[in-house]
Amino acid sequence: MSEELFPEPEWLSEEVKTGTTIIAVTFDGGVVLGSDSRVSAGEAVVNRVMNKLSPLHDKIYCALSGSAADAQTIAEIVNYQLDVHSIEVEDDPLVCSAATLVKNISYKYKEELSAHLIVAGWDKKKGGQVYATLSGLLTSQPFAIGGSGSFYINGFVDAEYRKNMTKRECQEFVVNALTLAMGRDGSSGGVAYVVTIDKDGAEEKCVLGNELPKFFDQ
Amino acid sequence: MATMLQFPSSVSTLNDYNALYPDWTQREVSTGTTIMAVEFDGGVVMGADSRTTTGAYIANRVTDKLTPIHERIFCCRSGSAADTQAIADAVTYQLGFHSIELDEAPLVQTAASLFRDMCYRYREELMAGIIVAGWDRRRGGQVYTVPVGGMMTRQPVSVGGSGSSYIYGFVDSNYKPAMSKEECLKFTAEALTLAMERDGSSGGVVRLAVISEQGVERQVILGNQLPKFSTV
Repeated sequence: MSEELFPEPEWLSEEVKTGTTIIAVTFDGGVVLGSDSRVSAGEAVVNRVMNKLSPLHDKIYCALSGSAADAQTIAEIVNYQLDVHSIEVEDDPLVCSAATLVKNISYKYKEELSAHLIVAGWDKKKGGQVYATLSGLLTSQPFAIGGSGSFYINGFVDAEYRKNMTKRECQEFVVNALTLAMGRDGSSGGVAYVVTIDKDGAEEKCVLGNELPKFFDQ
Repeated sequence: MATMLQFPSSVSTLNDYNALYPDWTQREVSTGTTIMAVEFDGGVVMGADSRTTTGAYIANRVTDKLTPIHERIFCCRSGSAADTQAIADAVTYQLGFHSIELDEAPLVQTAASLFRDMCYRYREELMAGIIVAGWDRRRGGQVYTVPVGGMMTRQPVSVGGSGSSYIYGFVDSNYKPAMSKEECLKFTAEALTLAMERDGSSGGVVRLAVISEQGVERQVILGNQLPKFSTV
């Protein structure tokens, strides 16, 4: 009888997902990564301030989306593997190496995992680079978007992205894209985390809800 | 994954059948599509792509999804092609009758209400997302959206169809109130082009219509004349 009166909420048994919006953009001299901060289990928001931009090395970050557990685990494993690799070569690792390590795990376990990581960073060989590793593919792109919220901003990023933007313009572009996606996707929201990586290192910034740009709202 | 408007096959099939015949022979014909309408001072601009699909096969690549309901009232159709055509025909008849009784041009809101009544009453059987837009003397240019399920609401700008998910960000950021007719045309053409580039169920040419006190002007923008956004 008591089960009928107080049925267990669905979200207790739903997998925790970072239904999310993530974006990474290159500029001349580095990259800018951005993400929202909402982690949902079904309809419940279990964490509203999660930072989905995870460091893989000093100047290489990855953006997490999909299943929270899968994405975090991949990031931790690759973090470890990159540390070992950089000791062996006695130099900072290349962004391409980090992306390849992520791709290897994503591809080998693609049936079991459901996470999409965007790897971005700066290295002295090729400067700022962004790699998408969806389902085990590996591709270098001028910019990449991912997560459930990214569907709504496909048109926006296609229209607004220009080559050779400055660092400032890239940061604005990332914040605008995240704001628009968070406005339309129920699984994205909270604050916007932005990380800028260039030859001098990585700079993390958090843009709070009331500081986000305002667009026309009818 | 994100909210995609997937239209399920209306015919259940045996596994063997799929091996012998292509998928689209059992799929319902759908206007998986991108449609859009924008109000400006003095009228409305409506736009649509031109692709009708049955599964992966493009049944018609030059479809006209902007259907006249009355002299200065049009509708954009998305969802099942059969359902939307049938609804549009029924509403055209009802509105024509009503306008003769009234002895004057009908209101856009009346047309939208007729669509809503039908879409809500038969919501279990229908799969139709419709945008009704036009001009009347009382309220000028108006856009009403009647999505799947049968709600109706007036909006200054409305997008619909499977391709609309991809352009919400673009529309939210680029729409400004009080745009001129030319700005609205450019805005609509750009938004539809972006959606057509990303949505497999939208494509072909862009059909535009401008409705105002003067009447209806129709335009077609062919594939090679579409605005270019490629960053490569």
